[in-house]
Amino acid sequence: MGQRVVIDPITRIEGHLRIEVEITNGKVSNAWSSSMLFRGLEIILQGRDPRDAWLFTQRSCGVCTYVHGLASVRAVDDAAKITIPDNARVIRNLLLGAQFLHDHIVHFYQLSALDWVDVVSALKADPKKTADLAAKVTPAPKSGINDFKATQARLKKFVDSGQLGIFANGYWGSPAYKLPPEVNLLAVEHYLMALRQQARTARMHAIFSGKNPHVQGLVVGGVTCATDLTADRIAEFKYLWAETMDFVNNVYIPDVVAVAGFYKDWGKIGGTTNFLVYGEFPQGPKEPDSFLFPRGAIFKRNVGQVQAVDIGKIEEGVKHSWYEGDKALPPAKGETKPKPGKLDVNDRYSWMKAPRYNGEPMEVGPLARVLVAYGKGHAPTKAAVDGLLKTLAVPQDALFSTLGRTAARALETKIIGEAMEGWMGQLIENVKKGDTKIYQEYQMPDAAMGAGLNDVPRGALGHWIEIKDQKIGNFQLVVPSTWNLGPRCAQDKPGPLEEALMNTPVSDPKRPVEILRTIHSFDPCIACGVHVIDPKTNEVYKFKVV
Amino acid sequence: MEHEDSVKQRLEQRGVSRRDFMKYCTLLSATMGLSSSFIPKIAEALTAPRPPVVYLAFAECTGCAESTLRTMYPWIDTLLLDVISLDYHETIMAPSGEAAEKSLHDTVTKYPGKFICVVDGAIPTAENGIYGMINGKTFLDIAKDICPKALATIAIGTCASYGGVAAAAPNPTAAKSVKDAIGINTLNIPGCPPNPINFVGTVVNYLLFGKLPDVDDKGRPLFAYGQTIHDQCQRRSHFENGEFVTSFASDEAKKGYCLYQVGCKGPETYNNCPVVKFNDGTSWPVQAGHPCIGCSEPNFWDKMSPFYKSL
Repeated sequence: MGQRVVIDPITRIEGHLRIEVEITNGKVSNAWSSSMLFRGLEIILQGRDPRDAWLFTQRSCGVCTYVHGLASVRAVDDAAKITIPDNARVIRNLLLGAQFLHDHIVHFYQLSALDWVDVVSALKADPKKTADLAAKVTPAPKSGINDFKATQARLKKFVDSGQLGIFANGYWGSPAYKLPPEVNLLAVEHYLMALRQQARTARMHAIFSGKNPHVQGLVVGGVTCATDLTADRIAEFKYLWAETMDFVNNVYIPDVVAVAGFYKDWGKIGGTTNFLVYGEFPQGPKEPDSFLFPRGAIFKRNVGQVQAVDIGKIEEGVKHSWYEGDKALPPAKGETKPKPGKLDVNDRYSWMKAPRYNGEPMEVGPLARVLVAYGKGHAPTKAAVDGLLKTLAVPQDALFSTLGRTAARALETKIIGEAMEGWMGQLIENVKKGDTKIYQEYQMPDAAMGAGLNDVPRGALGHWIEIKDQKIGNFQLVVPSTWNLGPRCAQDKPGPLEEALMNTPVSDPKRPVEILRTIHSFDPCIACGVHVIDPKTNEVYKFKVV
Repeated sequence: MEHEDSVKQRLEQRGVSRRDFMKYCTLLSATMGLSSSFIPKIAEALTAPRPPVVYLAFAECTGCAESTLRTMYPWIDTLLLDVISLDYHETIMAPSGEAAEKSLHDTVTKYPGKFICVVDGAIPTAENGIYGMINGKTFLDIAKDICPKALATIAIGTCASYGGVAAAAPNPTAAKSVKDAIGINTLNIPGCPPNPINFVGTVVNYLLFGKLPDVDDKGRPLFAYGQTIHDQCQRRSHFENGEFVTSFASDEAKKGYCLYQVGCKGPETYNNCPVVKFNDGTSWPVQAGHPCIGCSEPNFWDKMSPFYKSL
């Protein structure tokens, strides 16, 4: 019997997550993932106007803002059989692309970097050596000796003040940190740069959708930015996109490569087995054929054999979640009767249910998307992945790891960013020839079912709506973090994060920085991961999945 | 003079030019409705020792925290490294678990009655708060423990201010505002999420005058929430002229006419969105052609919906 360690709260994520691990001989020998917040958005949606759904569901998460709003308008578009205008499709894609750029930059620097970068060690760096190193790994500006001197002085002043703020009680000095002081200083500089870059990148949302976080320019039937299809607004978007892509190409990706070079052993730690992708970015009216990232499933790491996805094979288990019953059921017959109780990892320990595809836990998100696209021969993905493996001199197997997951996120940022240029071109062409249609009139059906299947920064996201008497009868969300961070299922199979944590080395259980690396590599988002029914009436949700 | 020199030096060390710095002091003074004679005082307040702040996240979506990261006057790194000492904030702090708890505990015991507590999210109260827990404690118990020890509690966002989306009917977890859940007075900065400039303006007010700003009967700072959206809206003249958008596909939509008939809640919503706009003044919902949904008003999810129905 190993040593039990509980980490609660897990910070630098969205929401409330508790992780318990068992450590035997310096390695994780068992792990349990618990989601600790329940809000009940689906219940709140019942009986409301279907047009309002997206405004509510967007509040599932303010980190992955926009994406739930998009999933909901797509589900209602589907139910009302609306084909949205080409401009609306392009603008929705551009907004989702902007969300990926923003979200992945924030994830790498603000949410995960401090697991790999020792901020305090940067004080010991030689600014000149840092400048020499920067010149080798990145064409980024602000990389001169004076820049690093200024950053180091700023950091020193901050540390000397004795008020360490967000950096207080960090795991500084842990033997798990492997970067030399100079690389740490470079990373601190870029951590601070990213804080400013993300605020500018978020402006892309505001241009076509009013504000960020929580855009307000979508509607069922299209988008609303009728007065923003002007040359100056499109140009403003394009400048922000170009600035962000400079950061991605010259700072983010070089940093991932540079840091990965010091942590190659993490190419063998933190992997999972199966992968699921719904697909995303419709580049024409036909779905899923026109997707930039194709739909598909991979079993047992067999990247060469990407399987077709049958949504009917999704089941959700509740045996280890705080709900009544212990059978796995498809969302079509999902019963969700909350039963709040004591946290017991041998029994029930999470508000999340345990989704399974064909009975298997499936990892969703950047690594899944990159593997499926790679397996299907998507040229830009193949080039990016092969290039990275060669640069790092690691085998293809290294993709199935914490390092692989982190690298996949960076690679898809570049791939999506580059595709956005084409979408901006389409918008410009349409406007040039006088097509400024952004909204399709429709009649809300009395009764209908609709689905919105999406792939968003954290992975496969599905919204299902049932309309009754022109109102929301039922609404269901099956979200990425539930796939990745859910508990054990009816067959007691661990969820993807629980599996990934196995065999993680732990140098000091009091400073569990290695465990955080793998947790953060999934970019957990907990608030939206919990979906449930009315605890008072125990009302059962029924969905026909189409 | 000596003080000004040291401020200048410190700014230069941070890579911020004096000009940039004075620009955001000017913007803040305008946001707070102060005359330009206050600008040097704001500059001084922003460079004094940093007040400790703990930021508690309860039943929330992290949108308010993300919104705060979007501040540009000052930039968030300046706010974190030079203006305040953000000692506990789960979204961006380095440590997790026990070490994170220590950060909270250290500040509360070292600065009793002196730290500012910011709360994000509603507090579920059903079944003694079991629907939201951190490290074995309910949000309800954490709020009861920490908030009364603070100098002041600022509720950021509509959830902490008034209950927000978690408290929308039928309010499955009996979620409440901080004030209603634990019975203390809070300064409220509602919005879903609020504009970061209203949070920063509140902090600067405290640094400058040693007190929180004056508030309305709903606990909102008057400098930001003193007037309706409608009274400050760029499309107001179209309302007066009877020029309305009736479909998002119409010529009227392209002309930027008034959104009242497609559901705009601007006439009943107090906020400064049309004046300061979001994301460095880039836009705001009505400018993007979408009706205001009234997100800074109590119970707006129920009171203002259906959102596309005219008032």
